[in-house]
Amino acid sequence: MTAMTTTAAAAAGRRGSGAGDLGRLIARALRHETCTVDALIVNIAMPVAIMVVFVYVFGGAITTGSSGLEYIDFAVPGVLVMCAGYGAALTAVSMAEEMTGGMIDRFRTLPIGAWTVPAALVIASVVRNVATTGIALAVAVVLGFRPDATPAGWVLTAAVVAGYVLAMSALAVLWGLMVTSTQAAGAFSFVVLFLPYLSDTVVPAETMPGALRAFAEHQPITPLVETLRGLLLDRPIGDSGWIAAAWLAGAVVVATPLAAARFRRRTSA
Amino acid sequence: MESAIHARGLRKAFGRARVLHGVDLTVPTGTLLALLGPNGSGKTTTVRILTTLLRADGGTATVGGYDVAREGDRVRRVIGLTAQQATVDDLLTGRENLELFAGLYHLGRREARRRAQELLERFDLTTAADRRAGAYSGGMRRRLDLAASMVGAPRILFLDEPTTGLDPRSRAELWAVIRELLASGTTILLTTQYLDEADQLADRIAVLDGGRVVADDAPAALKRQVGSERLVLRLAGDEDAARAAAVLAAQGEDARRSPGDDPSEVTLALHGPDHLRRVLDLLHRAGVAPERVELRAPTLDDVFFELTKAVAA
Repeated sequence: MTAMTTTAAAAAGRRGSGAGDLGRLIARALRHETCTVDALIVNIAMPVAIMVVFVYVFGGAITTGSSGLEYIDFAVPGVLVMCAGYGAALTAVSMAEEMTGGMIDRFRTLPIGAWTVPAALVIASVVRNVATTGIALAVAVVLGFRPDATPAGWVLTAAVVAGYVLAMSALAVLWGLMVTSTQAAGAFSFVVLFLPYLSDTVVPAETMPGALRAFAEHQPITPLVETLRGLLLDRPIGDSGWIAAAWLAGAVVVATPLAAARFRRRTSA
Repeated sequence: MESAIHARGLRKAFGRARVLHGVDLTVPTGTLLALLGPNGSGKTTTVRILTTLLRADGGTATVGGYDVAREGDRVRRVIGLTAQQATVDDLLTGRENLELFAGLYHLGRREARRRAQELLERFDLTTAADRRAGAYSGGMRRRLDLAASMVGAPRILFLDEPTTGLDPRSRAELWAVIRELLASGTTILLTTQYLDEADQLADRIAVLDGGRVVADDAPAALKRQVGSERLVLRLAGDEDAARAAAVLAAQGEDARRSPGDDPSEVTLALHGPDHLRRVLDLLHRAGVAPERVELRAPTLDDVFFELTKAVAA
């Protein structure tokens, strides 16, 4: 016992690597997603339900306008974005829970860099949501979606989804640090889930009235979905790819320093 | 004797609310200091400053010989904190929690597993080890929280109201654990609202009121100052109570009708059997007959009453 305590004390003085601590905290965040029934429902049942609703419920009623696509082919790329975004937005709740639940105090008295806490949430979110988006895609295939992506197209698809999850998770962390309750943090999911409706995702933007159509055509979700459609269906992408990449990079570049500053403020003072 | 915790003139304000007005504390190595005070007296703020979670506006503090403002990293390597709000991960099991924290202390996988097992045994959590912490009872959660604070084998432990909200049995169990830690050489700063808890555990008690230390003494000395017991005289009504208080006050007794309590009661600090006889004699001669006489242990209220009276005088 005494010998053991001494080794523990000696080890406590040892400096660990930031990467090692980050890995431990990522493993913890991912463990959260597999150890409770509600987390499993959110991660697996939600994407499946969204996919089924769009393909079967809306699919029969909506025409795809001038694109000439089957509705399932038109909708699936956008529904993937909805699934990925919804899951990423939940990072806001995790962040708010860390801050309001007192865990952050525990982590801050440990000999680790406090920045590893939000960083781990973001990385875990990317891993988790790329995986759940993959599940949603598999469901889409079962329902009749037939992607024609080239191998390079698949790699780029995964990269675009990961980039979108990264951007949304970074914004979610910022939101989670701005609010003071987990309920308020949850509101971010609503915004992220709603945004695709006002884009060329669910119904063609050309069917919308003037102002809304202008918004739908210029908001980031539209080029993002266009890019995924192009990659998955092997169609021309045009400028959408660059525009989407610029939006995603912009979101990360803006959200990260703001979140870092906010985090420092919340953990000092 | 070397002091493990040393604070001088700690000041802190949140916006316009001034919470600490110059707190001085010294905790010799291997002893337990109880920081006693009501809600809002600044206990948690003091603990947060000493554990590097909060920066003081003024004053200095060293913990384990390191400056809390300038050497936070070093301070964090010698301390453990059990905050008021239990800070364990509810979604993980007790064992997973301890292994996570052991990993974050950079113990290495096998060592972390051994340390977690050792702490589970020591804090009597082996049967619940593989259940989620969210399903633990209040007492078990506190023990897990304390075990988590001990993962890095800290020399100095901060316990912020560790027994608040616990049932008497869990409280007694936690006291036993705290005594054990103290016996093994850990320096402990514990905050509490309960005088009996401070009395049971502390080598020294610092009383915090309105952001100031109003008393800092050994429990025995403090109790002498406060009087060992309280004599509660219940009278027939408000008027009798007022008369009894007046009669006793005229003879230099420190009798008071405590606000908030029953208005037909008069309370005073009792200093031994002779004192009891004298009080009853005084009332008898004045023709005031109490309906009932009660003795009770001094509460935190009594301590504050006595100490703030001393400060005011």
